[in-house]
Amino acid sequence: MSSALDVNAIRSDFPILEREVYGKRLVYLDNAATSQKPRQVIDALVRYYETYNANIHRAVHALGEEATAAYEEAREKVARFIGAPSSESVVFTRNTTEAINLVAYAWGRANVGEGDEIILTQMEHHSNLIPWQQLAAEKGATIRYIEITPEGTLELGNLSALFSPRTKLLAMPHVSNSLGTINPVEEIVAEASKRGVTTLIDGAQAMPHMPVDVQAVGADFYAFSAHKMLGPTGVGVLYARRELLEEMAPFLGGGEMILKVTFEGATWNDLPWKFEAGTPNIADVIAFGSAIDYLDALGMDNVRRHEVEVTAYALDRLRGLDDVTLYGPDDPEQRGGVVSFNFGDLHPHDVGTILDRHGVAIRAGHHCTQPLMRCLGVTGTARASFYIYNTQDEVDVLIEGLKAARDFFK
Amino acid sequence: MSSDEYRQQESELDELYREIIIDHYRSPRHKGHLTAPSASHEGLNPLCGDEVTVEVVVDGGTLAEIAYSGSGCSISQSAASMMTEAVAGKSVAETRRLIGDFTAMMRGEESVDAEALGDLEAMSGVRKFPVRIKCATLAWHTLAEALKQAEAD
Repeated sequence: MSSALDVNAIRSDFPILEREVYGKRLVYLDNAATSQKPRQVIDALVRYYETYNANIHRAVHALGEEATAAYEEAREKVARFIGAPSSESVVFTRNTTEAINLVAYAWGRANVGEGDEIILTQMEHHSNLIPWQQLAAEKGATIRYIEITPEGTLELGNLSALFSPRTKLLAMPHVSNSLGTINPVEEIVAEASKRGVTTLIDGAQAMPHMPVDVQAVGADFYAFSAHKMLGPTGVGVLYARRELLEEMAPFLGGGEMILKVTFEGATWNDLPWKFEAGTPNIADVIAFGSAIDYLDALGMDNVRRHEVEVTAYALDRLRGLDDVTLYGPDDPEQRGGVVSFNFGDLHPHDVGTILDRHGVAIRAGHHCTQPLMRCLGVTGTARASFYIYNTQDEVDVLIEGLKAARDFFK
Repeated sequence: MSSDEYRQQESELDELYREIIIDHYRSPRHKGHLTAPSASHEGLNPLCGDEVTVEVVVDGGTLAEIAYSGSGCSISQSAASMMTEAVAGKSVAETRRLIGDFTAMMRGEESVDAEALGDLEAMSGVRKFPVRIKCATLAWHTLAEALKQAEAD
């Protein structure tokens, strides 16, 4: 059992874990796609809609004041949780993808021009690849990639050679969603910063799973999603250094983001509201605050310890099966709670279908990292990803399911 | 789970992976490339990453030769193999009819006489697995595109 977390107590907070799938107890191992939600988060949503639903920031009535206070309190919680110097640096978006697009439009269009260069890695999720490809195509800029080693880590030997006087941006994932690799973002950001290169970290797979201090990481921008860390869907966060947000033009125009509007023009609202046009996702942001409370109470060091234990056990058991190819670093300390693998000559979708009938939910496919899959020489992988409520027993069910898949296709 | 439920689940899986489907997956027919195709088209299923390329030689209104290549799950690849076997040597008009009937069967349309589809009827079990239907129809949509191209040339 876990030494870091009281998993039984945690599991009793997640109503969905009581359900069955095809008559089998649900074993949910698709947490890198989205996490499940504890009752505390669901209750926060219900409480908002049942007792103080109102639009924020412009109401003079009690409900509006309560909703505004709760919404802004959630922003304060996020700022504290990620180590931001102030809540002005915390912009709510729809998801990580929108946060990155916000930067690509509001910062990228103004700062990247013809002949400039952008550095990415070969392990980008499409969300941190397509916005930059679009920007590069529009501006005539070039993208260079940090390559991956056969172990699934970044090849950093010749990192300095990738920089040129034209490099404007370095963007990369903190943790790979396909391989689980934890990248040394502090070192790489430092290399970029000392050359005056702006940096963005896609933290979608890191923030939910380990202690992250955005100031220690040092990046100019850091993006992540609420729904992968016990929060509702529809909320993302863009952390940005204040100076950058100040100089950036708004991404979307409309209500909320303005200070004064005339028929001739408008002036922009203060940070961070300048980047939150229109009625935001009030209920889900407030409920995200409850998710942060939940993780805070567990302690992110404990969350990380628990995931290392479960991941180490899963790697061990998978290695015990003949014919399993594992991707990513061998050492569980160097990876998040993501285990990508292939099983004999079985296609990951066929494996996924058989596992599903055993109640085991995994992800099968390219995980929105098609170029990375080509690097690995595969069309896809099966991926099990863990969170605070997963147990070694559930890993055992996964292994039994895999054996059943092998027998089925024998 | 009761034993009835268990049997039902097992039988759904057996329906999805019928013996003939597994057979085509293990021993694909018409897999490879033609020396001088009159048209070829690559079909992609972005959801799963299944890839199927269909090459055809159309000669005097007949699908004289056909081959497929690609990679993907057992359903997508066996569907391609079974399709090539069903349409090789048929007229383009008949092939088009078969494309229509097969995709209609996969959509669950009752007007289709599934038995008239012969071996292809084996794919009907895939309908119980909605996310896999696109795997089964990928090769067929790709063939339709290849035929369009062949006629345009």
